[in-house]
Amino acid sequence: MADVEANRQYGEWDMNEVELEGDISVPGAPSAIENEDDQQFNTLDEPVKDTIMRDARAVGKKFLHVLYPKESRSLLREWDLWGPLVLCVFLAMMLQGSTETANDLNDGGPQFAEVFVIYWVGAAIVTMNTKLLGGSISFFQSICVLGYCVLPLAIALIVCRIILVSEQNSVLFAIRCVVTLIAFGWSTFASTAFLAESQPPRRKGLAVYPIFLFYFIISWLVVSHTHH
Amino acid sequence: MEVIADDESDYEADFNSQSLGGNIDSGPHHMNDPERGQPATDLKGQVTQQVTSMMWQEGSERAKKAFNIYANIDILRPYFDVEPHEVRSRLIQSLIPAFPSAAATQVVPRELYGPTMVVFTLIALLLFQMKTSGHVVQEGTLMGTAFGICFGYWFGIASIMWVLAYVCNTRISMMQLLSLLGYGLFSHCIVLFLGTVWHSSSHASFYMIWAVFGGLSTVKMVSVLTSRTIGRTQRLIVCGTLAFIHLVFLLYLHFAYHRIVEGQRFVNP
Repeated sequence: MADVEANRQYGEWDMNEVELEGDISVPGAPSAIENEDDQQFNTLDEPVKDTIMRDARAVGKKFLHVLYPKESRSLLREWDLWGPLVLCVFLAMMLQGSTETANDLNDGGPQFAEVFVIYWVGAAIVTMNTKLLGGSISFFQSICVLGYCVLPLAIALIVCRIILVSEQNSVLFAIRCVVTLIAFGWSTFASTAFLAESQPPRRKGLAVYPIFLFYFIISWLVVSHTHH
Repeated sequence: MEVIADDESDYEADFNSQSLGGNIDSGPHHMNDPERGQPATDLKGQVTQQVTSMMWQEGSERAKKAFNIYANIDILRPYFDVEPHEVRSRLIQSLIPAFPSAAATQVVPRELYGPTMVVFTLIALLLFQMKTSGHVVQEGTLMGTAFGICFGYWFGIASIMWVLAYVCNTRISMMQLLSLLGYGLFSHCIVLFLGTVWHSSSHASFYMIWAVFGGLSTVKMVSVLTSRTIGRTQRLIVCGTLAFIHLVFLLYLHFAYHRIVEGQRFVNP
């Protein structure tokens, strides 16, 4: 009997504790008011199309945040790697040179693997550097931000490919350079804005330099791509 | 006393297990078998299980440690504890040699942020140079080649120099050597950048910047090693090897990837 009572007491105590936890309002955590919304997020009942569309909308919102880097929390809090993966595959495919032209004088443009490795290893190195310098950010959050912030460069690549359709001259080359330079600045600025809070305050210069180098290499790949 | 008795039972368990495959009648130990055989086997099973689980746990923990990025980060974190102005001054100092004296050993920082960034910059420059010269890598990518060359040089030469320093009694640690060589690569970055951007047909201008910047960083490293080595022959061996490797590597980086540009020019003037 004593055990039963003790268990009941413990049980009650536990339940009280659970209730207490539930009442604490944690910023960012789903509150009781949002429970109705949570029920709608039950992916078991909804059609697959809705699930995919919701995820696609979340990815699209993040792309918008990169193009207009004002809200700095959303990308960090709800990170995903879909956007970076899509951008990476897009960049790698667009920059892929034809292997038929590869010979002693020409390597046929950057290879798919090269772009892929630069993208992911570069992002990983930048993240490692931020952590080594004492920044407070999780690994995938940083990868997510760095990956999403390549979007301006992907847009620059599309513009460059359109320009490359016509006959090339120095003016068009200059336009390509300017477009890529703007995209490079935009990418660096956006990623710095998103990661500013997580970087150590007195060492921002040290944390920004690898980011600068990372986007510089990608933007240079974009500019140097001349294959039709 | 009870502990001793327990120990004995352990030993007996071992003997019993050994005698299972061979002679059953193995002397006085056999006398205790009916009494202790069963508990001893249980104990042996438990011990085996415990040892197995312990080894499994330890093995998995070690594997986790090896793969756990955060564990490695904590080991490296002290070497990345620098301020921006320190990195700036060290980069500049890497091109300003100080006169070596045996009385005052020159300070070498145990820092890896600057060297790592210098190596990454060198990789970027090398990639740039490889692409502009149309370098072809048959197996693998340009990225892999640039990474391999730069990090291979950095770690490889630091290891070689560490062995040499140990043999020649130079007072320098592996981390200091990595830092010294890494900052020394700053001159390579400058020379490669100037060589790529300001490309001239004659090699005279390249040799000039090679001699100036490469020479300055070499003299800086030589002065540091000289101040930390005792004995003329030892100094000559350590400093001569480092200076030779450092300067030849810069020549290699430049000429290995510029030769093809000239070929292209020849084909398509």
